[in-house]
Amino acid sequence: MGGGIFLLSNKRVRALIWQVVLGLVLLAGLGVLVQNLSDNMARRGVEFGFGFLSGPAGFDIAERLIAYDADSTYWRAYVVGVINTLRVALIGIVLATLFGLMIAIGSLSFNPLLQRLCRGYVEVIRNVPLLLQLFFWYLSLAAGLPDNDNPFELGLGIVLSKSGLQIPWFIEGGWDLEFPEAGPFGMVGGAALSPEFMALLAGLSIYTSAFIAEVIRAGILSVPKGQYEAARALGLSAGQQLRFVILPQAMRVAIPPMTNQYLNLTKNSSLAVAIGYPELVSVATTTLNQTGHAVEALAILMLVYLTMSLLTSLLMHRFERATALRER
Amino acid sequence: MNRLKLAGAAIALGLMVSPAMASKTLEAIKKKGEVSCGVNTGLGGFGIADSSGKWTGFDVDFCRAVAAAALGDANKVRYVPLSAAQRFTALQSGEIDLLSRNTTWTMSRDTQLGTTFGVTTFYDGQGFLIPKKLKVKSAKQLKGATVCVQSGTTTEKNLADYFRQQKMQYKPVVYEDLKALIAAYNEGRCAVFTSDASQLAAIRANDMKVPDDHMILPEIISKEPLGPLVRRGDDDWAKLVTWVHFAMITAEELEITSANVDAKRSETIPEIQRLLGQGNNDFGKSIGVDAAWAYRVIKQVGNYGEVFERNVGAKTPLKLSRGQNDLWTKGGLQYAPPIR
Amino acid sequence: MPIWLAPYFKGRFNAMTSLALLLLLGALLWETLPWLVGNAVWTNDLDACRAARGEGACWGLVGEKWRLILFGRYPFEELWRPTLACLTMVSACIVLSRREWWSTRVIGGAVLVVVFAVLLMLGGFAGLSEVPTERFGGLALTLLLAIVGNLLSLPLAVLLALGRCSDLPFIRTVCSGFVELVRGVPLVTVLFMASFMFPLFLPSGMNPDVLLRVAVGLTLFSAAYQAEVIRGGINSVSRGQIEAAQSLGMGYWQTQTKVVLPQAFRVVVPPLVNSFIALFKDTSLVTIVSLFELFGSLKLALADPQWRPFYVEGFLFVALVYWVFCSAMSRYATGLEKDFAQARR
Repeated sequence: MGGGIFLLSNKRVRALIWQVVLGLVLLAGLGVLVQNLSDNMARRGVEFGFGFLSGPAGFDIAERLIAYDADSTYWRAYVVGVINTLRVALIGIVLATLFGLMIAIGSLSFNPLLQRLCRGYVEVIRNVPLLLQLFFWYLSLAAGLPDNDNPFELGLGIVLSKSGLQIPWFIEGGWDLEFPEAGPFGMVGGAALSPEFMALLAGLSIYTSAFIAEVIRAGILSVPKGQYEAARALGLSAGQQLRFVILPQAMRVAIPPMTNQYLNLTKNSSLAVAIGYPELVSVATTTLNQTGHAVEALAILMLVYLTMSLLTSLLMHRFERATALRER
Repeated sequence: MNRLKLAGAAIALGLMVSPAMASKTLEAIKKKGEVSCGVNTGLGGFGIADSSGKWTGFDVDFCRAVAAAALGDANKVRYVPLSAAQRFTALQSGEIDLLSRNTTWTMSRDTQLGTTFGVTTFYDGQGFLIPKKLKVKSAKQLKGATVCVQSGTTTEKNLADYFRQQKMQYKPVVYEDLKALIAAYNEGRCAVFTSDASQLAAIRANDMKVPDDHMILPEIISKEPLGPLVRRGDDDWAKLVTWVHFAMITAEELEITSANVDAKRSETIPEIQRLLGQGNNDFGKSIGVDAAWAYRVIKQVGNYGEVFERNVGAKTPLKLSRGQNDLWTKGGLQYAPPIR
Repeated sequence: MPIWLAPYFKGRFNAMTSLALLLLLGALLWETLPWLVGNAVWTNDLDACRAARGEGACWGLVGEKWRLILFGRYPFEELWRPTLACLTMVSACIVLSRREWWSTRVIGGAVLVVVFAVLLMLGGFAGLSEVPTERFGGLALTLLLAIVGNLLSLPLAVLLALGRCSDLPFIRTVCSGFVELVRGVPLVTVLFMASFMFPLFLPSGMNPDVLLRVAVGLTLFSAAYQAEVIRGGINSVSRGQIEAAQSLGMGYWQTQTKVVLPQAFRVVVPPLVNSFIALFKDTSLVTIVSLFELFGSLKLALADPQWRPFYVEGFLFVALVYWVFCSAMSRYATGLEKDFAQARR
């Protein structure tokens, strides 16, 4: 019955000791890792540091929404990459939600044929890896798009060819439209959506739409039957029921997993590195390659994705709290 | 006494935490019994494996020459196929001992990556491959073209520089995977393919449906001295690699081939004796190998000319002429310091 | 109207939709069936394939390249080894899936079987020739990565989940931080980290195999996702259970292992199977770090310029293989869910 035994049997003290021990072990482990890292970097003659970001990149990026050329800094290259990622992610999210909603409603319709088709679509798309689907879309577009010498005119000056979808766009610094016309190497002029972008968009949207369809379906199914009956009793048509009663309640349940799917779509856009769309991961690996600063380049990459994830999580928590059912 | 013990413990701890200096590459290779050589994943003429897994190519033969010198047997090589993105990190991390993968010697690669070149085994330059039907005769007519280029290479940077200099616009189509890039060019995604002229010859011969429908434009827009790359900090290994190449050049200068090297051993010409390690000559000791190192290289792999002709010469689909890669005595750039 | 046709055609809108869909399906089948089956070439004849281009599928591609697609560049004489390894691993999984046989002994046995399968493929003992890991490939590699990655990550996931639910703030922060970090980044970055950065953190001279590095990366990645699923399960066990256990005098670990985890397990298995499916599909990403699993081997096979024009057939074959595995697992998970839901009622 000494003071020592008393200390050890006190739960709070034990908890503290556990944490301190684990903390020390973790710190020691980190210390070894950092030591190894600095040794290895020193042996290779590569200095740790983010100074390389202000050096000239030396490589061109084909698709960019902001001014960039081979003389711009690596930092600017990263920014271009982020913008490209956001570009495909935002449009993909919109398309995926639209498709997903349509499929979900189809899978719950009264027509068994439509139901089966929609469920079949979801089954097939969900069980084939995204990378496979992306390549499939890319190769199909590459083979299927018309040659540059005889492009397909969609009217209004929009042209489809192997260089992508070309639309009339404003010449810089003004409101005059520039129409795509045939040049020696394909269509020039206007703005273009490259085949890589279109393939990535198609693949991502269709893949994610299958998951979003499941999520929305689960959400709709979670609305209690009483709501349907009440809505019908009030004389609302099927469409009105869906719009005013079912969907709002379904969405409340569905929004958190749907946000998860949006995040997945954004993270999945990193697969673009395999089909040549210059988004963030692609820029990061080129940088890593050319400068040898593997740790820094990857760290920036992970930081950007983490920020996007955490921001989305925060927004989702706010939304959940705002729309939570206040039970009486 | 206590303080000494403490200091000793601290030093021991420090030694445990900071790793001991790595043993020299050659010792490690001798212990392993093979040279780990980074090669291309599949470039005809330089580094390509057939369906049974046998590797052939100009860079592959250099790996074999280094193995013949260091271990005595040209077949003691472990080939590690690497993409352009992975090649430097694989070397830096120690996964491979030697990178023989048509890598261009540049200042930044020589100084900033912890690696070092020693010698240029193949003088090359960057060019453009284009279908003949586009009726383009010169690179200066490529304004607005879509150009396929591999990511993470000097090719990408040179392309940007060239078009900026010529004040022409272009649209790069950039992939990491060479095969995907070639497929994109074949399908018409891009009008022009740019790479080292030797790679273009290989691609034109092997990967095009009708090789004669394509031509390589006359402009060579950059210097691409290709050579083997090793890690910094191991001078002896770097020297070994460098002098294997010089031995092969010297052999060609002295007209020693894999066929006649046995006969040449008995000749009394001092240069030949020094190269083949006859008499009292043992230049292998200074690079960590035995006296017959160059003899083994020539016997098992061949001299520079043999290696060139076997892999990329006139009888191969690439049909490259010696050009800049000829001996200095014939107007080319291959020049070896004397072995003495 | 016969009784079975009624749901399809009852009501105007219904009938119109059914008709429209039937027409669409009919047109689709009319166009694709001849290509798929009718005019297809079933032999390895390259000329016949070329002749049938556009009219018939070239299933000869599969006949010609199946070895590459299923086994990668594994030496031809030793193909019995990956076959045996895969069969044993798949049988172990099937055994594990039968609920009647769940017990620690069976799980331990399954782990041993998987270890045996890995060793069999590696060789280097008992007269088996050693096969370097870069020759592993194809479906064998996919199964290896998926099964090993999932099995190894489970214990780590349990620890992480317990850590996140722990009362000790330090442990909770560290575990939460790790899980959020890993879940917030794409798998591609984790694979790049494993491929480029792992060697930098190890003492010089230590050079782990690429396959090992990638397996570690996949394991850490899946552990984070599984930890979230298990945490959901742990949270679903009512506090009353924990309080009852504590009043019986059970310590922390006893409570967790004997009371909480077994109950959490029932809730957790279906979503865990879903995360297994996700990892199975994610193994296709290791192509990006030059490991040639099922999809990578397909790309290798298609690198042959003679057979490259028939990429559609290759893709369909590989998609079918993935679909078979994934939908089998998915069906199993749904079945489990139904069983558990019924049992709870």
